[in-house]
Amino acid sequence: MFTYYLELALRSLKRSPGLTALMVLTIAFGVAASMTTYSVFRAVSGDPIPWKSSKLFVPQIDMWGPNGRGSDGEPPDAMDYNDAVTLMRDHRARLQSAMYQISPSIVPADASKHPINVSGHAVYSEFFPMLDVPFLYGSGWSTDDDTQRAAVVVISSKLNQKLFGGSNSVGKTVNVEGKDYRVVGVLNDWNPQPRFFDVVNSGGFSTGVEDVFLPFQRAISVGIPNDGNTNCNAVPTESGFVGLQHSACVWIAYMAELDDAAAVIAYKQYLDGYAHDAQQSGRFGWAPNNRLRDLPAWLDNQHVVPSDTKVSLLVALGLLLACLVNTAGLLLAKFLRRSSEIGVRRALGAPRMAIYAQFLVEAGMIGLAGGVLGLLLTGVGVASVGWVLPKDIAALARVDISLLLITLLVAVIATTLAGLYPTFRASRVQPAWQLKSN
Amino acid sequence: MTMHPILAALRKHKAGVVLISLQIALTLAIVCNAVFIIGQRIERVNRPTGLDENNLFLISQQWVGAPGGDDPAGVEKLDVMQREDLAALRNLPDVASVAPSNSIPLLNSSWTGSVSIKPGQQLGDKSGTRTAYYFTDDQVFPALGLRLVAGRAFTAADVQHQGARDQRDRPVIIVTKALADKLFPQGSAVGKVIYSDGSSSPSTIIGVVERMQIPASGSWGNDFTWYSTLVPTRLDSNFARYVVRAKPGRLDAAMRAVPATLYGVNPMRVLDDDSVKSFADIRASAYRADVGMAILMGVVCLILLCVTAAGIVGLTSFWVGQRHRQIGVRRALGARKIDILHYFQIENLLIAGVGVVLGVLLAVGLNIWLMTHYEMTRIPALYVLTGVLAMLAIGQAAVFVPARRASNVPPVVATRAV
Repeated sequence: MFTYYLELALRSLKRSPGLTALMVLTIAFGVAASMTTYSVFRAVSGDPIPWKSSKLFVPQIDMWGPNGRGSDGEPPDAMDYNDAVTLMRDHRARLQSAMYQISPSIVPADASKHPINVSGHAVYSEFFPMLDVPFLYGSGWSTDDDTQRAAVVVISSKLNQKLFGGSNSVGKTVNVEGKDYRVVGVLNDWNPQPRFFDVVNSGGFSTGVEDVFLPFQRAISVGIPNDGNTNCNAVPTESGFVGLQHSACVWIAYMAELDDAAAVIAYKQYLDGYAHDAQQSGRFGWAPNNRLRDLPAWLDNQHVVPSDTKVSLLVALGLLLACLVNTAGLLLAKFLRRSSEIGVRRALGAPRMAIYAQFLVEAGMIGLAGGVLGLLLTGVGVASVGWVLPKDIAALARVDISLLLITLLVAVIATTLAGLYPTFRASRVQPAWQLKSN
Repeated sequence: MTMHPILAALRKHKAGVVLISLQIALTLAIVCNAVFIIGQRIERVNRPTGLDENNLFLISQQWVGAPGGDDPAGVEKLDVMQREDLAALRNLPDVASVAPSNSIPLLNSSWTGSVSIKPGQQLGDKSGTRTAYYFTDDQVFPALGLRLVAGRAFTAADVQHQGARDQRDRPVIIVTKALADKLFPQGSAVGKVIYSDGSSSPSTIIGVVERMQIPASGSWGNDFTWYSTLVPTRLDSNFARYVVRAKPGRLDAAMRAVPATLYGVNPMRVLDDDSVKSFADIRASAYRADVGMAILMGVVCLILLCVTAAGIVGLTSFWVGQRHRQIGVRRALGARKIDILHYFQIENLLIAGVGVVLGVLLAVGLNIWLMTHYEMTRIPALYVLTGVLAMLAIGQAAVFVPARRASNVPPVVATRAV
């Protein structure tokens, strides 16, 4: 029966090619616009570390008090040096790391080459296992290296390619800011988007690569300054990078791994106890106002997904809806015009269900054709977002199997839905009345 | 012509009428808001920065192995290095003027703080006015092409230098007119004293520039977009930026000459692809997202209007085909061609009328929803009104072809069997 309906549908569609083309184009444009914006939205709202994001937490401590809070009562979104280092020393989570963005220069061994500038982070050793950072050669450094402020460095595969031609460089030396560092590890391709471990400084997405990672206390002791945002509620009383470390300015990101609910509660209690002690000692003149968000909640709180992306998706979905209403109208007109045909079929014994099947197959075929054309248009759309969107975001949107399947599915399902009411009307045709009127 | 027959006929096609008005309503709602977004973005992108943007470029560079800027000796050394760079750049044949600056409008790298007419206001206090600082020297006026509207520009004697993270008094400053008017609503700001970043040492305003945007182009800077403060101080760190004005028409030549010149002064520095950037490039990357959003909204509007127009054509064509015989009967009974044409035109006007009424409600609803969830402002009535007229016009244009085909149905059709 299905093939018969297919044949009937084909014949009916051929009878009015203009209208068929119009419906197919409408569906195709509607689907392509929504899928293109969806591909961007999917790319920017994706979970950068899905297997672990619910175990990664970002603590916030209200060290500025009521005057420094945002209008929503939120404490600062980064930490000052004093709090970050104390939290590291107390070491209450299984794994944790304070980190700050650096932008040191690297002097190639080949004297004929100009120095280059790289970006990276100063982190603690637990950063690498906590974030499951993949290594091509070697590994991260040890806890001893942290405490001894060892001159060790982890570099990206890209920097390894540039400096060592891609060979295993573990044990070799890199000159960072005029001082020699021993390479302990080379990362495999690692470019998480968004840069979830430091969204405050990256703004979420970044076209650059994290090229170097240095031990946090090493970077502090040799005075590699922070390259990211610094926010102050008061002017530091001392000058320089050391003055910044003594100030209440916030510039350090912090992340901790808490594996179960009990650990989360315990850590929250620890943070509140910390703030409470600070209140007792007179450092804080206010009650504890801490936050401990898991990674998805943190990314949401930091508005990592640009609002333009959401508005675009919304508008495109509105476009799809308008296209479907349009298709429903056209299908209705088309189906009802065939009332006499329906009357004959019903009079010859076709049940309502058969009419349903016949017309839904026809609607589904339009949807399929629209979906296939929509696929091509989505491909064009995704390829051309690079022309209109910021590079860091456009680079993330891509066509893959799941997007192709979703496109086809959305087209067929949406068109079939649009065909439901017209089909319902068609199935209600009174055979006797139709036969009489002819 | 009376409305009655049209309304009676429409009652026969309730579902079709509802669908097409719904579509017109959706189209109106989306197009109004999308065009409003486009308008806002264009307005943002087109606002002048206050600079003379032609022949202007920026150099961002970093020294390698330079002294840290934390001790006085290091600061002095860095300042010598910076002055050597400035002198070499000023000597280039294609360069008109050069000034050091920690940032430039639209660069999105800023040093912000707050200024107040009272001393010792804490930064957290909301009584201060937010501002973005430009640390520069006496050459900033010719280099950026700023326009002084009151007082005087900086002279070489005003210029100091300090480590980039040091705190130092700022005896003289220049502010934008917008900031001056905010701080001193009544009367001239020149000669008045303000206090920056909670300091208790005064800064005297010696001049007022007509207009100068802050470096932040994102929405977080919307509160203080025009509140810039110029400080005649070179910042010394291992990193320095120079704003350069090339001689007219010599921008490319001047930009090309920079790397060799600076490496000539001191090879131990980082200059990469982004280190020498024309202001046009800085502007383009600052507003890329806005331009992109405007284009995207434009494409959506275009598709939507085409789909709606085509939908009206398609549905009316079907109705014309369906009523072929009835049209023939009316013609046979004496209706003129123009009557048939008007019939369909008025019918469309009625349907579109219902659609736009619904659409206006939807458009305002969507706007309110966007305002509560995203950064949107209230849509001006003019946008909605224009949208309504445009929708009605598109409906009329779309209905014209099938309506004319209907008017060409010959009266003899009435006598034929279907």
